[in-house]
Amino acid sequence: MPKMLPRSTARFKLLAPLGLLPLLAGCNMVVLDPAGDVARQQGNLILISTALMLLIIVPVMILTVLFAWRYRAANKEATYKPDWDHSTQLELVIWAAPLLIIICLGALTWVATHLLDPYRPLARTAPGQAVTAEVRPVEVQVVALDWKWLFIYPEQGIATVNELALPAHRPVRFRISASSVMNSFYIPALAGQIYAMPGMETKLHGVFNNTGQYTGFSANYSGAGFSDMRFAVKSLSDADFAAWVAATKAGGGTLDRAVYLKLEKPSEKVAAQRFASVDPQLFDAVVNMCVEPGKMCMHDMMSIDAAGGAGVAGIGNVRSLTYDKFAARGTEPGYWGRRYVGALCSSPLIASGDRPDATPVDLAPLTGAGLKQTAFADRSAPPHS
Amino acid sequence: MTPHPAPETGPLLGKLSLDALPLHEPILVITFIAVAIGGLALVAAITKYRLWGYLWKEWFTTVDHKRIGIMYMILGLIMFLRGFSDAIMMRLQQAMAFGGSEGYLPAHHYDQVFTAHGVIMIFFVAMPFITGLMNYIVPLQIGARDVSFPFLNNFSFWMTTAGAVLCMISLFVGEFAQTGWLAYPPLSGIAYSPNVGVDYYIWSLQIAGVGTTLSGINLIVTMLKLRAPGMRLMKMPVFTWTSLCANILIVATFPVLTATLALLTLDRYAGTNFFTNDFGGSPMMYVNLIWIWGHPEVYILILPLFGVFSEVTSTFSGKRLFGYTSMVYATICITILSYLVWLHHFFTMGSGASVNSFFGITTMVISIPTGAKLFNWLFTMYRGRIRFELPMMWTVAFMLTFVVGGMTGVLLAVPPADFVLHNSLFLVAHFHNVIIGGVLFGLFAAINYWWPKAFGFKLDVFWGKISFWCWVVGFWLAFMPLYILGLMGVTRRMRVFDDPSLQIWFVVAGIGAAVIAVGIAAMLVQFAVSIWRRDQLRDETGDPWDGRTLEWATSSPPPDYNFAFTPVIHDLDAWHDMKRRGHGRPVTGFRDIHMPSNTGAGIILAGISLVMGFALVWHIWWLVAASFIALIGAAIVHTFNYKRDFDIPAATVAAVEDARTRQLAATGA
Repeated sequence: MPKMLPRSTARFKLLAPLGLLPLLAGCNMVVLDPAGDVARQQGNLILISTALMLLIIVPVMILTVLFAWRYRAANKEATYKPDWDHSTQLELVIWAAPLLIIICLGALTWVATHLLDPYRPLARTAPGQAVTAEVRPVEVQVVALDWKWLFIYPEQGIATVNELALPAHRPVRFRISASSVMNSFYIPALAGQIYAMPGMETKLHGVFNNTGQYTGFSANYSGAGFSDMRFAVKSLSDADFAAWVAATKAGGGTLDRAVYLKLEKPSEKVAAQRFASVDPQLFDAVVNMCVEPGKMCMHDMMSIDAAGGAGVAGIGNVRSLTYDKFAARGTEPGYWGRRYVGALCSSPLIASGDRPDATPVDLAPLTGAGLKQTAFADRSAPPHS
Repeated sequence: MTPHPAPETGPLLGKLSLDALPLHEPILVITFIAVAIGGLALVAAITKYRLWGYLWKEWFTTVDHKRIGIMYMILGLIMFLRGFSDAIMMRLQQAMAFGGSEGYLPAHHYDQVFTAHGVIMIFFVAMPFITGLMNYIVPLQIGARDVSFPFLNNFSFWMTTAGAVLCMISLFVGEFAQTGWLAYPPLSGIAYSPNVGVDYYIWSLQIAGVGTTLSGINLIVTMLKLRAPGMRLMKMPVFTWTSLCANILIVATFPVLTATLALLTLDRYAGTNFFTNDFGGSPMMYVNLIWIWGHPEVYILILPLFGVFSEVTSTFSGKRLFGYTSMVYATICITILSYLVWLHHFFTMGSGASVNSFFGITTMVISIPTGAKLFNWLFTMYRGRIRFELPMMWTVAFMLTFVVGGMTGVLLAVPPADFVLHNSLFLVAHFHNVIIGGVLFGLFAAINYWWPKAFGFKLDVFWGKISFWCWVVGFWLAFMPLYILGLMGVTRRMRVFDDPSLQIWFVVAGIGAAVIAVGIAAMLVQFAVSIWRRDQLRDETGDPWDGRTLEWATSSPPPDYNFAFTPVIHDLDAWHDMKRRGHGRPVTGFRDIHMPSNTGAGIILAGISLVMGFALVWHIWWLVAASFIALIGAAIVHTFNYKRDFDIPAATVAAVEDARTRQLAATGA
């Protein structure tokens, strides 16, 4: 059948894009093949959802091509029914087919969104490996600065800039905030991202299942230095992590408020930095936007406001800013000057670890609907007891 | 980094000084020289051929919905070329900036380019295109002589244009925002964006927003009040239905955008703290508000094009539209649901799992009516006689492209999946997949479909096909790599990269953009060639595609008054029904036709608004006050203009209609 040949080669040409697949194999699809259990579940969810949707997308695409070809004007053999415009059965199928897919996908979404809620402490570190009650997650406090990342390890009492080291196989709990504008804290190999926002605290839980070197970065544009706002992530064995902490402690350097105020000024392509000790209240001061000496903390202001405000006396309690972090981005004082609300008295900050965390989920019977909601207070930005 | 200190404010020129001119940026200087030469040549040509009077009398001051529609399309096309050059610049930068190379754009310029690209493509390309399309087609489809408020229509157009002009001025005087197209605070607040970029953004959107909102009101009233007798709502053509829903969305959401930007303006100009970090401001409030406008906005863009695809599929399949009723209800479902999904743009800002699930699932639910629509087009083709003219080719390309974009959209609606794909190039690929594959392909279908109606000759098929294939192939080449890069964890708005293995994908994407550029060039050639060969491509019948709706009942182009007698509608496909019943054109008994007069008030008011916007951007307060007074004054003066209408005498109508009768007789129709 020599006549058939050209058409069949044409068909094979359609397969040409498949030639690109080896190229794909060469690249590192970190989102679909990550090193952390949370990111892996998220990646799998992408694959499952895609497969579910292809159930309807593929037939639609095939039908489009088929109908376009079969009912082309040149084909006089095909049936032509110019007035046929309704069929109740077909309409039912048309609405029901996508509906069924969305019911499945919606159920999957509900369960997965609750199980993979970034605020929820991990219930497992790997498939089949439940987190026991006595395992305390490693806590890291993250602050997005212009344009670098600050990591504070409250238990170890150390801090780093643009370098994050974590012990593998142990749950990690991030408390995240920012000093100036919105960024998004994202380590694709570990877990999905969450925004880092000034005056607010967000949370993220994750775990590394391998040791190795990975990359983290800001996934939300934040200004001129955004592209270089990247940091190295090291997943270490327990021993290596302990050694790394010891080395950091031996390296000297203190991160107190004064050092922080210098650090938060805009800078680009910042090399990794380590501090052997850190002000334990620094993170809470950052979240409450009162690192500057003499400035009222947000939680104080909110509790005064909740009690009815400071009245007329409070109106006068604004001071001119002596240090202005905005000025670093070129801001002029403006017509109204730069002021801030002064502290009424220096109240002690609430220490970081004091607030209760939500309990991990019991994974057996796995029904998303029955999960307990994380406590509301846990989400509210400022820590007012 | 080089901080750009805010300039001193003087009483005469505000913040404006010679430093505002980007003389140190060679790209901008060369662009400016090219634009200036081109502009001078255009002005010289218009002057030489004595066209100013013609342009002013027949076009700038026109209240004819058809001419305003065409002017909207021209505005969209010009701005499209600007928006696309931004795209090419980004592709080039991202393909170059590897291995320690900084590319060729510094952050200050690159960040403006991606912001301007988004703003221009949405506000000054897609919006004028769809508004122009609705303006031209809707009154014809419903058998009306014009829109309800013809002067308002002219004013709306010029306000949109004034916004576009202000946005373009920022290219050469000062700078544009470096914030991303939605200008999230605190970055867009005065503390972190102290210069005029964000002010240009605010005022160009505010001025254009006046036009968009008023045009939305105008078209809703037109569709509800001016339908020909017999055209009940459920007999309206589908394009009119989708336009109605799109305009309802415009009227319901654009005030939200206006209010949100007004609050941001107060933060920047008056020292309020709605969206600041300190003093009780809430930047997340802005994010919520802007997306309450922003998500319906994408449906404003796509809905009218869904209507176009319905018209095109039915016409070129030679068949009634399958499932008209379910098509209408699907459109209404989408309209309502589009309000219930905004939070899916920021699942990653720490909402609870239940909130995220709710918005994820509502988003998925939108895919049900959308899927139903797709099946309806599919079954319109089923048992049809499909003529693969250019509009139909674009429609099939849309169906195959859009489903992929829809699929990735639903994928992004699954919150845990969004946590890894949010803000990635996967997202960028997704929304270009639906906006190019849906909105642009639909526009190209519409332009090829209705061009003969507007100008009386068809578009050249050869160049149309070249453009088509370049666009389709270029699109896949440009955006498939971005999907893959997104899965490799690459974020949007990056200026430089350190992982060299990514470069190949950016190069492929850049080649794709180049292929699209050829497609755009081919389209411009198509227009030029078609105008050149218009006598060969001439269509005398007014109905070149064997159309089904009322616009095809008129001559091409239609007379000023559209219909000498208002038609009476008996069927959904009104014109098809008239042809089938052997409906004869009325040839006698013409009467005077009452029409609105042209007026220069629209362009004058918009011009004053433009001056005021510029003065506000640069804090030139005396000019703000002066232009504000002038604006109010001009509006009051306009209310004393009593020469608002005139009658086309019956004799003139008879002459036009007789000419049409002879023309039809000559073609044998």
